[in-house]
Amino acid sequence: MTKQTTAQDSLCQKEPLVSVRMLKKYFPLKKQGLFDKTDRVVKAVDGVSFDIFPGQTLGLVGESGCGKSTVGRSILRLIEPTSGEVFFQGRDLTTLGKEELRRARRDFQIVFQDPYASLNPRKMVGSIISEPFLIQKMATKQEAAQHAKELLELVGLRAEFFDRYPHEFSGGQRQRICFARALAVQPSFLVCDECVSALDVSIQAQIVNLMVDLQKRLGLTYLFISHDLRVVKRISDRIAVMYLGKLIELADSGEIFHNTLHPYTISLLSAIPPSDPDLVRNRVALTGDVPSPINPPSGCRFHTRCYRAQPICSQEEPPLTDCGGGHFCACHFPGNGRT
Amino acid sequence: MDRDTVLSIESLTVDFRTKFGVANAVDKVSFSLARGERLGIVGESGSGKSVICKAILQLLPDYANISGAIKYEGRDISHYSNRQMYGIRGKEISMIFQEPMTSLNPLYTIGNQLIETIVLHQHLSKAEAEQRAIEMLKLVSIPQADERLKQYPFELSGGMRQRVMIAMALSCNPNILIADEPTTALDVTIQAQILELVRDLNQKLSTALILITHDLGVVAETVENVMVMYAGQMVEYGPVRAIFHQTMHPYTKGLLNAIPKVELEGQTLESIPGTVPSIFEMPKGCRFHTRCKHKREICTQRCPELCDCGGGHQVKCWMYSEEWSK
Repeated sequence: MTKQTTAQDSLCQKEPLVSVRMLKKYFPLKKQGLFDKTDRVVKAVDGVSFDIFPGQTLGLVGESGCGKSTVGRSILRLIEPTSGEVFFQGRDLTTLGKEELRRARRDFQIVFQDPYASLNPRKMVGSIISEPFLIQKMATKQEAAQHAKELLELVGLRAEFFDRYPHEFSGGQRQRICFARALAVQPSFLVCDECVSALDVSIQAQIVNLMVDLQKRLGLTYLFISHDLRVVKRISDRIAVMYLGKLIELADSGEIFHNTLHPYTISLLSAIPPSDPDLVRNRVALTGDVPSPINPPSGCRFHTRCYRAQPICSQEEPPLTDCGGGHFCACHFPGNGRT
Repeated sequence: MDRDTVLSIESLTVDFRTKFGVANAVDKVSFSLARGERLGIVGESGSGKSVICKAILQLLPDYANISGAIKYEGRDISHYSNRQMYGIRGKEISMIFQEPMTSLNPLYTIGNQLIETIVLHQHLSKAEAEQRAIEMLKLVSIPQADERLKQYPFELSGGMRQRVMIAMALSCNPNILIADEPTTALDVTIQAQILELVRDLNQKLSTALILITHDLGVVAETVENVMVMYAGQMVEYGPVRAIFHQTMHPYTKGLLNAIPKVELEGQTLESIPGTVPSIFEMPKGCRFHTRCKHKREICTQRCPELCDCGGGHQVKCWMYSEEWSK
């Protein structure tokens, strides 16, 4: 309940912490032979715009290959975006030089999916967590070590873990270490890229609760990227749905679930496994697979699988428009009906 | 309706001899599977659920010690030779795996791989086998089946590859299909399609199904009976409704509460504290006691027996024993 009221308050009052405007990322494809003159590209992200408000969580969902991770990484410039702007506290990150960017990264960090691959196995946990302080020249070695111990306790681990190696920890503990490292430089914004997807359900719940707790205590803002709608619903204030490189729906978390407007979101929600054998799920089946992002369908990109498709859908691309109360939807025939 | 039993497992124990000592992966697990039944085995990673299924098909490495009986149609197949197993694997009991990309050979076409299985087990001619392969692909709802036969695995999407795996597994009309996390690597929309397909085929062909998963949501809509595993032991077994509505074991309760529910607003997830114990340092007594909020003295001393609670619902927990109320 409280989450919802804060969501509305900030919509009217606060300035967004992160504003993404027409973000595009095209990956060039290999030429097919010497005389191939065509410039073929994969349009991984094709003109995405959204705002994230301070202290809130924006959930970004979509099937694999829809470009959600590319969005997360482009915002932090871990991947250089092809075009578009990313404003962080009013400053355009896409124009920053190398040194400026390094300093700016104090304010935004990322936590990755696989806690086994994202920690250096040759380094002790303590030096993994104190490294950000040294890179950002925020503390001496001794101070950094002290901070690292505090951070370990902040994420629910013991300070004695300081001089152990990552392989001594389980998946959930490693993900906690990743959070400690990301929080070392006291960022205000965290991108969490599928950060609970690789964990077992009982551990996943621990990490989700940790994230909610950290957000309350430190006032963090999250971009939570996931394909699991159940977890996204739990943690997000607002949810954005992506399909083939485009945003197709964006609204408050409750609104998305109770007043779904886009047919793709409707079918995505109906595919969530039920939490009870007695709940008969009223599935809206999608036929076929996601089309290739090299040759996306004309008009609305979803029209090839849409049960509402009309001739106009294959000709004209629907813009993302406000359907009232900050509920954005990109569809020619928005509505919460299943037909 | 009483159905006859196709598979019965009696106190199956699997130990791995490793250089760090003996690891007990499965501890005295017993269950039976009726013809056409759908059974779900649920547990977190390391609970031994995959090991059970690999033990049934004798796919475990040499350093695994298997004891107990595995009875398939009344015959104990646990000490069958490799030669004898050829007649069982793929023909009587087949298995599909989690990662459809790595379970198909990238160098051969889909047709090649499907036809190989059919020719090997059903002694059909190549032309007949091809006919059968096309039929199977149609059965798993793959459009343009005859075209697909000529394609290589990389040309198919994840969902399509998993369909091919299912087609291959069912091509010899097995009595049992073991599906080891068949949808974990797939997107939700595709996952729903595959689960629907598996359920449909189970009804059409009356193939018994063992579905291994860590997601209780997947189990809720697909199976009839559920077995919950923790640290190599079966902790609860029962009809799917009983497992969800009259949950008994604290671990099963924890698992159910850890799943975020879409129907509930602003719910705090209940997590199970701690982690699964290491396979080399199994706690004494009940293996779950280190993470259990109800634990008493007795839990740390002796391992509880499986007790029957009626309606085919069994639980391995001291809370439901006479000692507890004393």
